[in-house]
Amino acid sequence: MKIRSRVKSLAIASTGAANLASVAALCRRAGIEMNITDDPDLLLEAPYALLPGVGAFGPAMKRLEDTKLGKAFVARIADRKPTMGICLGMQLMCESSAEAPGTAGLGVVKASVQKLAAGPGAPLPQLGWNEVRPSSPACFVRAGWAYFANSYALSFIPQPFAGSTAVYGREFVASLELWSDKDDVAPYLLLCQFHPELSGPWGLALFRRWMGVGQTGEL
Amino acid sequence: MRRISHTSSSVGFAADVCSQPQCRAVSPRTAVRIIPCLDIRAGRVVKGTQFRDLVDSGDPAELAARYEAEGADEIALLDISATQEDRKAAPDTVASVRDAISIPLTVGGGIRSVSDACRLLESGADRVSINSAAVRDPSLVGELSRRFGVQCVVVAIDVKKSGTEGVCAWNVCIEAGTIMCTGLDVAAWARRCSLEGAGEILLTSIDRDGTASGYDLPLLRNVCGSIEVPVIASGGASRPEHFLGGIEAGARAVLAAGVFHRGELKIETLKRYLSAQDVEVRPC
Repeated sequence: MKIRSRVKSLAIASTGAANLASVAALCRRAGIEMNITDDPDLLLEAPYALLPGVGAFGPAMKRLEDTKLGKAFVARIADRKPTMGICLGMQLMCESSAEAPGTAGLGVVKASVQKLAAGPGAPLPQLGWNEVRPSSPACFVRAGWAYFANSYALSFIPQPFAGSTAVYGREFVASLELWSDKDDVAPYLLLCQFHPELSGPWGLALFRRWMGVGQTGEL
Repeated sequence: MRRISHTSSSVGFAADVCSQPQCRAVSPRTAVRIIPCLDIRAGRVVKGTQFRDLVDSGDPAELAARYEAEGADEIALLDISATQEDRKAAPDTVASVRDAISIPLTVGGGIRSVSDACRLLESGADRVSINSAAVRDPSLVGELSRRFGVQCVVVAIDVKKSGTEGVCAWNVCIEAGTIMCTGLDVAAWARRCSLEGAGEILLTSIDRDGTASGYDLPLLRNVCGSIEVPVIASGGASRPEHFLGGIEAGARAVLAAGVFHRGELKIETLKRYLSAQDVEVRPC
């Protein structure tokens, strides 16, 4: 028996391949109600929405087009409604990806996703915890350790975004954020290359702050 | 700061080229992962020696939560049920562990098909590990990685020394070590798995499992040198030096079970030791 009016809710785009159990566990911990949906109207109207990220760029993009969820994301971001992307969900917001040459992304981020630089001792995929470094002290994403599972990423923070980076072979973008107003408590667009849902208390604290259910004195 | 001399290192760490702690600049990669492994049978954690003589070691969710609090970077859950009846408990166990932890969870044991994998992923696994089914049908590795992404697919390889040196010095075994001779050479099989779409190899030495005598380092060097995907070292680690040896042999993650379950080595202690040896670990 939930009192709906007092519980914040997050609409999660149903992308088929994404494993949502960990995201569901994150929502439970944060006291957030989640609705998985493939209805573009519901997604557009939702107070908070998430594009999750497991799978491959090409098939995921096709599904976003078939379901019209992609257009709903672009529209809600244009309206500055709180929107989050995780891992592949961040990459899909870009113009294109080296993972699927010729496939156009949603184009919210004017940059193209590159393959990470593999090297001795840095095999692909990158699997594990890496140190996230905010590009400025004002960043919403704070310094800490986050869990990554990816072979592709952005290689620079494009305008007009703020963000954070990490290093795997070479520097790559760990997160991007876009603020409507500097006096806001959180950016309306938060894109994470890492998995907040698998990044322990640091990830939970980030998610809580973004959803506006953070507790004082947290990370 | 001289590290315990263990092996001729195949991985260059900062300590090898400079002795000043301050010249360790930005790490070029992720931290090495410490992975406690929970062997599960009928919903309980069990531990054996060389895959036999199982003893009860506790409740999976409780143990997993304790390990996360102590600094574990990931939890591995291996369902070693011998019967279909016992195996029915696996999705519930996965769900209860998922609820108890907020770090990655890799689940293996008894996965024969995409739908088996799907069931465990839906229950809360982040990654699935397949073993015997991959040997029987290597195309399953590709099917899983196309569907869920390479980062989701671990191929577990159980290995036993064949007694002869040179080609096929290590035999790939399946069905929890009960089928000892598949005729597959471990390096060749690991290469095949990475080409099929495995995102990581979980390499277990059956000879060393539960013996507390350290990882099989020649085996690790052989496999790590043959493939470009990351390798998890498994089987035999009990002392901090064993874990360091596995990392120096090329493993990107180190797994152990009994030594953590019995409380003989705390993950925090292990991480402090590795850090003092200039191995980058995530702070607890």
